[in-house]
Amino acid sequence: MASFKPTKIPIYPKLGEKVTQDTVYWKNYKAPVQIKEFGAVTNIHFSPVAPHNYAVTAFTRIHIYGPFSQEPVKSFTRFKDTAYCGRYRSDGQLLVAGCEDSVVRLFDVSGKVALRMFKGHTKAVHVTDFTSERYHIFTGSDDYTCRLWDIPNATELNTYQEHTDYIRCGVTSKLNRDLFITGSYDHTLKLFDARVDKSVITMDHGQPVESVLLYPSEGLVVSAGGRYVKVWDLLKGGQPLVSLKNHHKTVTSLCLSSNGQRLLSASLDRHVKVYNTTNFRVVHNFDYAASVLSLALAPDDESIIVGMTNGVLSIKHRKSPEESKEVSHQQRRRPSYRVFVKGKNYMPKQDDYLVSKPVREYLTKYDKHLKKFNISKALDSALKPEVTVAVIKELDRRGTLKNALAGRDEKALSELLHFITKNMVDFRFAPVLVPAANMILDIYRSVIGQSPVVDRQLLYLQDLLQKEINYQQELLDVLGMLDTLFASSVPRKELLYLISVKKHFGAGFKRQTKTHDLTLVF
Amino acid sequence: MVEHGDIRVVHRGGIARYCRFLCERGIFCCCRFLLCGSGYEVKVFSTSTEECIHDLRAHTDLVTGVLLRPSNHLQAYSCSTDGTVRLWDYTDGILIKTYVIGYPIYSIYTSANHSGVLFVVTPTSDKRSEFQLVAVHLPQSGDQLVEAREFSAVLSDVSSNPAATSFGRGGEYIASAKGLQLEVYFFKKQKPYRFFLKEDNKKGGKNTFTCLACHPKDDCIATGHEDGKIRLWRNFNHKKEYTYTTLHWHHSAVSSLCFTPEGTNLLSGGIESVLVQWRYNQESQRDFLPRLGAAITHIAVSPDGALFCTSHSDNKITIIRSSIQVSAVIQGLVKGDSVRTDLMVDPRSKALVLNGKPGHLQFYSLQRDKLLYNLDIVQQEYIHQSGLEQFEVVKAAFDAYGNWLATVEERKQKPTELELNLKLWAFDEQTQSFMLNTTISAPHEARITAMCFCHSTDSQTTVLVSVSKDGHFKAWQLAPATHTEDEGPSWSCDFVGAYHSLVPECCCFSADGSLLAVSFQEVVTVWSPASWELLTTLSQPPGAIRNLCFGQLTCSKYLLGTTDKNLLCCWNLLTCSLEWSTSMDVSLLLSDPFSENMAAFCCQAGCTDLFVFKPSEPRPLFSHKAVCLGKVTRAVFAPREKMLESCEETSQWLNHSQLYFVTQYMDLLTFTTKAEEDRLMASSKQLVISDSVAMTPFSVLLGKRSQQEGQEAASSLLAERTQLPQGSAAVRELLQTPAHVLPSTSFLCSMFVESLLISVTDNRKKGRTIYNYFIVAQQHFMSKIE
Repeated sequence: MASFKPTKIPIYPKLGEKVTQDTVYWKNYKAPVQIKEFGAVTNIHFSPVAPHNYAVTAFTRIHIYGPFSQEPVKSFTRFKDTAYCGRYRSDGQLLVAGCEDSVVRLFDVSGKVALRMFKGHTKAVHVTDFTSERYHIFTGSDDYTCRLWDIPNATELNTYQEHTDYIRCGVTSKLNRDLFITGSYDHTLKLFDARVDKSVITMDHGQPVESVLLYPSEGLVVSAGGRYVKVWDLLKGGQPLVSLKNHHKTVTSLCLSSNGQRLLSASLDRHVKVYNTTNFRVVHNFDYAASVLSLALAPDDESIIVGMTNGVLSIKHRKSPEESKEVSHQQRRRPSYRVFVKGKNYMPKQDDYLVSKPVREYLTKYDKHLKKFNISKALDSALKPEVTVAVIKELDRRGTLKNALAGRDEKALSELLHFITKNMVDFRFAPVLVPAANMILDIYRSVIGQSPVVDRQLLYLQDLLQKEINYQQELLDVLGMLDTLFASSVPRKELLYLISVKKHFGAGFKRQTKTHDLTLVF
Repeated sequence: MVEHGDIRVVHRGGIARYCRFLCERGIFCCCRFLLCGSGYEVKVFSTSTEECIHDLRAHTDLVTGVLLRPSNHLQAYSCSTDGTVRLWDYTDGILIKTYVIGYPIYSIYTSANHSGVLFVVTPTSDKRSEFQLVAVHLPQSGDQLVEAREFSAVLSDVSSNPAATSFGRGGEYIASAKGLQLEVYFFKKQKPYRFFLKEDNKKGGKNTFTCLACHPKDDCIATGHEDGKIRLWRNFNHKKEYTYTTLHWHHSAVSSLCFTPEGTNLLSGGIESVLVQWRYNQESQRDFLPRLGAAITHIAVSPDGALFCTSHSDNKITIIRSSIQVSAVIQGLVKGDSVRTDLMVDPRSKALVLNGKPGHLQFYSLQRDKLLYNLDIVQQEYIHQSGLEQFEVVKAAFDAYGNWLATVEERKQKPTELELNLKLWAFDEQTQSFMLNTTISAPHEARITAMCFCHSTDSQTTVLVSVSKDGHFKAWQLAPATHTEDEGPSWSCDFVGAYHSLVPECCCFSADGSLLAVSFQEVVTVWSPASWELLTTLSQPPGAIRNLCFGQLTCSKYLLGTTDKNLLCCWNLLTCSLEWSTSMDVSLLLSDPFSENMAAFCCQAGCTDLFVFKPSEPRPLFSHKAVCLGKVTRAVFAPREKMLESCEETSQWLNHSQLYFVTQYMDLLTFTTKAEEDRLMASSKQLVISDSVAMTPFSVLLGKRSQQEGQEAASSLLAERTQLPQGSAAVRELLQTPAHVLPSTSFLCSMFVESLLISVTDNRKKGRTIYNYFIVAQQHFMSKIE
């Protein structure tokens, strides 16, 4: 006749984020190394040549760090005021930096003193960069101008006075010696061509532009300003392509991963987000302790360097292949594949007489007990929390949970209480375990005070519940706040829908509040 | 059954009521037939093939008992509440005699010791007792219809339960149990002995007798009790010195007991659906056959003891070998307490789908009137125990192609705690069955009142809408596999809708899937599933909407609704206004997906009336007063395999589909036309059962030959028959076609003459082969004897 149907262990949805290839990739970094700088770290730039040192601009200094050193290998300290935007030339030999005192300084990486000083700006220079043919420097300043300088002569080549507010970001083209893009607090991005005396493309970002980035192909440009990250198509004359609003504070820095497949954005909201550049969805998120001002990725994504407002430089190095494989080595060696398929791939010949063996049905231990209605033993033989909860649910369905819980000695009872205190606040198990705990209290009320072990556990349980109730109350407070926020921020028409969505999410909170019931017993 | 013109209401599904089963000895030495009372008829089943061989129809009321005639094992008595006992030859399905008793009969007993006497239980006019056991002396008469007049009362106060009375060893005594009293009547002493049990023993168990069986060879009576105990009574021919021993395994009432013919084993069964076999005199040794599916209501043993059979509360008979192994299952439409799901038709197999075994959906083929399979929805071990809240399948829905099945199961233990699961099943082509795809636990916070799939045939995505008492309706959509993991697509919530915090009741998609109508109490809201926008609201107060239905095909611009304040409304969706309304207390409204017709069932004064109408026409197409007793709870239009070509106006609505409906008494009914019935009758007459030759060594030796012979004989017969002038299609056509459309006579003459010719040569050849077979068979037989 019909065989025994084993207890169904429900598959609970995994909490937290889903494991994707991206999360695996971006989580494969070691714990961060934190270095305290003198002030807010405003810029990080990697040397394009082999050892890949990086220049960290913080307060009045520029420190050069080696790829694995935690001490600066070199520092440039000859700034009168706050330094800005220390950047390497494409051969890694020269470094340029702006300064609050409006002087642009050019350093030799091996030297200490500035090789050249470019004077001409009237206010702080926040943007400096080398052009691709390596003999010119482009700068942008708070005096609303951007200028081109000749390195050998230290003379000003050209001045562009098109922006109407501070210029705070800019980048030069790596492929064309004459092109550079600036972003300004007047909400615009401008593409300048050195061959003509004015900008060729103007793009309206809508917010003060904080950071600008060119794709390696230089067909697309990414700008960050306000809470928005926007992507523009230069080949279509600066047409907006995508507008991303994933941060809730100003986005300060942008960066591309080494293969150009992922875009990273850092923001004052202390998050660094990773986007997929094909569909511009957020695929990963890093949290930091303070507002992030600058961000850089080492070539081949070997490390992620983040500078924050509190002057902390956080360096995360990628795990080496051995380290990441460590986990899989610990697994037990299984029997080889041949053992499993032994004899299974034999094809019967024509004259063979087939003896069919009935498929033996394997039941787990608790199912064997349930089949025989040995309810207490079934409960004791379930080990994992999911399984135990499923067995408790099954016993409840059979109406025999009370019998299974009753008649236990001190040891068995304390084991049971231990399990319940451990798992009761897990919202997946709470609907099952709360009635079970109530039942235990009902059954063993008469013996309270006889065993110190059990009494201690009961007190702990009470304490745990009190804490949980406090959490729930706080959560409900938050829910109430969200209610008012939703009601005020949503236009009239969508109100109906959003409130229903919110109620849908609210169900999770509501279920947990059932723990209130238990307090009445104490 | 109700006659109306040429359309009749007929029962379907073989729902057996008051079944008593008997396992019968065949002509020679093995058990081959099983008799069982089913509704107004007695059914004869083959124990080996599970097929129904004969329906013995003559009773005009419920058949309450079937019994072998002790003096002739080829005949059986059946009794009914219509006050007659009928004697049948069950191998050929012939009614031999009818004895008119004149009172409703609730059970029947005979014994070989009392020839010519039947013992029947009939109601009494006496106030003290309801039923009495009466001996009826059958008059010896050759007539078909005999009136029995010679009665003598045996026991005055008995139970109407057939299992509570039994003949003892060789018919020396008859034992009967009722309440807390066991009564044994000895025919020799002409004197009853009564034994009483105390009301309640110390442990609070219930001592009430439920059933009884007497040992065939020994003076021992086994009684079953309400608390699951079995008592074996001995020494009961003394008033004071009787003894009993108690056996206890069952946890609730023992519903049936039976001794094997030699008395070596005692079989017992109850609500646990476990057949227990106790060794007589070694009662500690027990054999179990667990998980038989439903509560055992009756146990019978074949006269040679080789087969047992158990009848179950869910319209099933299980045939069990004496080695406690199931050998066959005879299953009708699985009968539950009620149909919680709608009646549905599986678009693939065209099977009727409704609640089956607990936690299952049954697929019942309407064409073959046979259960196809049960689909396990809950996938949990069913605990057979009364008063236990189990998961029940309460809603189910198919999508347009039958690729998806959605089911809702619920379990309500306490009023506050409702466990709900929404499961979505995908049809698997390889296994030809439904596979679980997604389980959504707690899809809503309160009971789901309606659920439907979007029935549009061209849309890419399938949408399921569920409507719940928690004030929301949710749309579920098949989302593609989210990540690179190797799990397939699964269902997730797409939209949650509400309207002014009213409670929604029913939902309905339009035929093309472009509109969704959800009723919120007295307001009907119309939504666009593409954008989930509220398009319009319709309302016709007072009264909350009870049913909601879109028109089909040419009437798809109409939306029909019924309110609980006796109103049937039809809205035109193009103008968003009320087209017409009429005052009718419609309990159930449904539309035929294959035509424009709609059916409305109106419940009035304990009877249900049916109206079939088109939304665009003011006059109903068909109306039928008092279709059945009681309320019609569920109904469905099932498509026909072959379209009927009826031209009559009243039966035209049955051309495309057939209307099936279930009453509150769990009867499955349908409408048939006269033409259809005639065709059915004709086909059933053609069915020949040639399975009546017994299996003896001789027949094993010769069976094959004679079978071939028989076939050949039959085929030659058939050949002859087709050559008869009446049987020829050409001739029939010739005679039936009007003369003025026929071709010229000279053209037809040769064809006509040819059809009259009989080919003699073939037959002669066959004659020779048969002769040869005989010779060969004879030689075989001789060699075997030597």
